[in-house]
Amino acid sequence: MQLKIQYYALMREQAGRSEETLETASNTPADLYGELTARYGFTLAREQLKVAVNSEFSDWSRRLAAGDAVVFIPPVAGG
Amino acid sequence: MMRFRFTQTAIDTAVARHELLDLGAGGYVSFEGWVRDHNEGQEVTRLEYEAFQELAVKEGERIVAEALRRFPVKHALCIHRVGTLGLSDMAVWVGVSSAHRGEAFEACRFIIDEVKHRVPIWKKEHYRSGDSGWVNCERCAAAPRHAHAHGHDHQHHDEPAANHS
Repeated sequence: MQLKIQYYALMREQAGRSEETLETASNTPADLYGELTARYGFTLAREQLKVAVNSEFSDWSRRLAAGDAVVFIPPVAGG
Repeated sequence: MMRFRFTQTAIDTAVARHELLDLGAGGYVSFEGWVRDHNEGQEVTRLEYEAFQELAVKEGERIVAEALRRFPVKHALCIHRVGTLGLSDMAVWVGVSSAHRGEAFEACRFIIDEVKHRVPIWKKEHYRSGDSGWVNCERCAAAPRHAHAHGHDHQHHDEPAANHS
């Protein structure tokens, strides 16, 4: 299925892009993070991140559907 | 309602403050976060703020709504800068009006603390040394890119490195 991925901050720099549409067999955000870490060499462990699907916080085990927009959220530092 | 929002340009506190006016309010409390010239032993020269705005405004609104439920205040508003900021620029502004000062101080503190912990905003520091780094992301990364070459510490920082607190 196709997913839309957006990257921010450190992960944007490590992926070398701010977004992409991806054909993937990953069914959950957790699987997807593993797949993308193998591709881009993300240095953050999954336990340090949160994940959003369709602009709302999500569980790592959520079943992804075609067309979902996924954003991995590195440790935040607002203020 | 837009009680949490982003701006690419300088925060106009006079305009923002006006939104908090209320005939029943006896005063207001504000917090301004400024860009500081140092963090964790490094000399900082400028900052870049970046946000996942679609989710950040939802989470920011939830924080302000929580503050309004928890504390008997009149109005509350938070504005956060994004983009490149220089030293002493204002990165964030929180304002709360209320009948009495006690709850206004508490609500203001609650909002800035929750924003720093929960809202998807990131800050890249640029240092006088020419180096740069994403706050809370680089030194606690599982495998920092330069860790082996330069022996950077692997210590995990649970508390976000506030730039102004």
